[in-house]
Amino acid sequence: MSTSIVNNLSHNKYYNWIVKNLFSSWVNSIFTIIALIFIYEVGSFFLNWAIFEADFRYNFQGELITDRILCSKNIVPGEYGACWAIIYVRWDQFMYGFYPVEELWRVNLTFALLPLAIIGVLFDKIPFRRYFIYFTFAYPFIAYFMLYGGPGLSTVGTNKWGGLLVTLFLGVTGIALAFPLSILLALGRRSKLPIIKSICVVFIEFIRGVPLITLLFTANVMLPLFLPEGVNPDNLLRALVAVTLFQAAYMAEAIRGGLQAIPRGQTEAAQSLGLSYWQTTRKIVLPQALKIAIPPIVNTCIGLFKDTSLVLIIGLFDLLGIGRAALADMTWTKLYYEVYVFISLIFFIFCFGMSRYSLYLEKKLKTDNS
Amino acid sequence: MSTNVFRRLLFDEKSRSLIVQAFVIGVFAVFIYLLVQQTAANLDKRGISSGFDFLSMSAGYDISIRLIPFTSEDTHLRAYFVGLLNTLMIAVCGCFLATILGFIVGVIRLSSNWLFRNIAYVYVEFTRNVPVLLQIVLYYSILLHLPKIKQAIVLFEGFYLTNRGLYSPLPIIKDGFSIVLASFVIAIILSIFIKKNLKRKQEQTGKQYPIFLINSALIIFTPIIFYYIMGMPIDFEIPVLKGFNFKGGMVVRPEFIGMLLGLSIYTAAFISETVRSGIISVSKGQREASQALGLKNNLVMRLIIIPQALRVIIPPLTSQYLNLTKNSSLGIAIGYADLVHGFGGISLNQTGRAIEIMLMVMVTYLTISLIISLFMNLYNKSVQFKGNA
Repeated sequence: MSTSIVNNLSHNKYYNWIVKNLFSSWVNSIFTIIALIFIYEVGSFFLNWAIFEADFRYNFQGELITDRILCSKNIVPGEYGACWAIIYVRWDQFMYGFYPVEELWRVNLTFALLPLAIIGVLFDKIPFRRYFIYFTFAYPFIAYFMLYGGPGLSTVGTNKWGGLLVTLFLGVTGIALAFPLSILLALGRRSKLPIIKSICVVFIEFIRGVPLITLLFTANVMLPLFLPEGVNPDNLLRALVAVTLFQAAYMAEAIRGGLQAIPRGQTEAAQSLGLSYWQTTRKIVLPQALKIAIPPIVNTCIGLFKDTSLVLIIGLFDLLGIGRAALADMTWTKLYYEVYVFISLIFFIFCFGMSRYSLYLEKKLKTDNS
Repeated sequence: MSTNVFRRLLFDEKSRSLIVQAFVIGVFAVFIYLLVQQTAANLDKRGISSGFDFLSMSAGYDISIRLIPFTSEDTHLRAYFVGLLNTLMIAVCGCFLATILGFIVGVIRLSSNWLFRNIAYVYVEFTRNVPVLLQIVLYYSILLHLPKIKQAIVLFEGFYLTNRGLYSPLPIIKDGFSIVLASFVIAIILSIFIKKNLKRKQEQTGKQYPIFLINSALIIFTPIIFYYIMGMPIDFEIPVLKGFNFKGGMVVRPEFIGMLLGLSIYTAAFISETVRSGIISVSKGQREASQALGLKNNLVMRLIIIPQALRVIIPPLTSQYLNLTKNSSLGIAIGYADLVHGFGGISLNQTGRAIEIMLMVMVTYLTISLIISLFMNLYNKSVQFKGNA
């Protein structure tokens, strides 16, 4: 009887999986139990804090929370979890900064069009891809017109921008502008012309050797000194210059890796067919090199997206800057867990999404080659 | 005729490359010239003087976190060194902690226990996908909201955790300590000697000796014995609560702890990935072969797996160290007085010498980066394959 149960069990794939992965030896079993207790403790604590015992908009007495004093945890200390009301109340600031309320539809429309603009670049097997790519090139102009204003739309200065808008603006624009620059840098670094090569090497290694914050400082303090009078880029533009140069140097190294992986025979064959340097580069080398370099390029993009948070140090209100401003407000101070967890979650969604995409590409490219 | 010469020049590879480069140099030179002239004109107009003479002027501000004495009367140059030392301190401590944490997490990621493996995976994904600045600011906020000094958390006897930092006993060295120190150094030298000798004996006779056990016992117990022989030449000054503050002892500021936690927890996630891929890169046959030779599990790890994994781990580890060092400049967000915050921030505001100061800061970071890569390259060479180039 008992042996038949064991026999039955050992044919059960779930049973086998559990024994193999959780209880393969007595040491392993102890680890499993410790891990289960740990997961239960941390998980229940976090879920209770974030959801079950948390205030969302109303406290336990049913009052609308407009001040941290009204949070349930401040009325009955220690009994309640997070107070998400700060996110509700400041939602517009977290998303758009100080953008005028009546013009918010413009930002929303720009946000909504962003996926359409990048979908054509990300996936190659979608219908009407050509038109999506056309839209990708048109998008920066549309976004500029929608966000900043122009004929027919009132101007909204960049000093009113903030929150996720600034974070996405710096991330997306920085990556888009850095991409062509980084290709030139990568090609220049592999060039046979010693002067072009050394300029590119010095530029790349210099940017990669100093922290981004020093570049941001330099752009913020020194750009006005370098430029003629009357040309005075605003703070956001200065940060964008620094971020773009920074990203270009890192991306150039990723692309150089791709270029190095292309066998010499490819270039030589193209040249023997009579193609010029630029024809060879554009039609033979770059398409292959970029394909190989996409995963590391995406990694640098993740890095840049996280690094946009540094602009708060030069006084811009990106997502983290808005969060700190919210905490500096006396009505909401001390709710730092809520604010930082919320911002972390937003960054996590974007960065994790990008890293998943890079994994997906890696898998796809592998099957293409074999 | 002249067009012919021109065509020949343009279609000949050598002359064309010369022309292109001359053109690039020309554009570059014009650009630099315009930039310098414009900057000089702008500086002139704003009445900003230039030069490095400000370095010998009195700084006029205080730095609370410092390794060498500093008062507000000291010069900007001294402020630079205080900042540099703080940057190096956080970088060294951060690299040390991140390496330990990263190796532990990397090994757990390869554990045969599914739950352990995935707890480590969740840790890695959550820390490396959230900006390090956000993490630093979060940990710092937590530290600032610890209990006040009056309700300090007692970790051990003499260790108090408060919102003003971690208070701990301060060791005070009395005479006789130098002998303990000397005995420690001698023990290390002796252990190297013993190791060489026993290794040779092992190679001759095939008999294994517990070298590691002998040497660690030697290195640990010699100084302890001498410590007691010399009559315990270290006193501990324990912090005592007096009025509103602790008297005596030493204090680690929350700015430092926040930076250390943020940098090392963030970087450890990346290091754990390089460790994991390094260990995976050692082929399974290596482990199986060494087990077939009868090596015990810990020896397999120490003699076969780790030396080969290190070869793959070191280059990416170097770039993680570089990243950590550069990220240490984020101290400015929470007021940790590193190079960028103290010298690059406050000195810059006081003197207005933006170009000189940013230049010094950037050159310093470049130098630090260069030194780190130099040392790591040397170490990398020592662990690479030998003799099969």
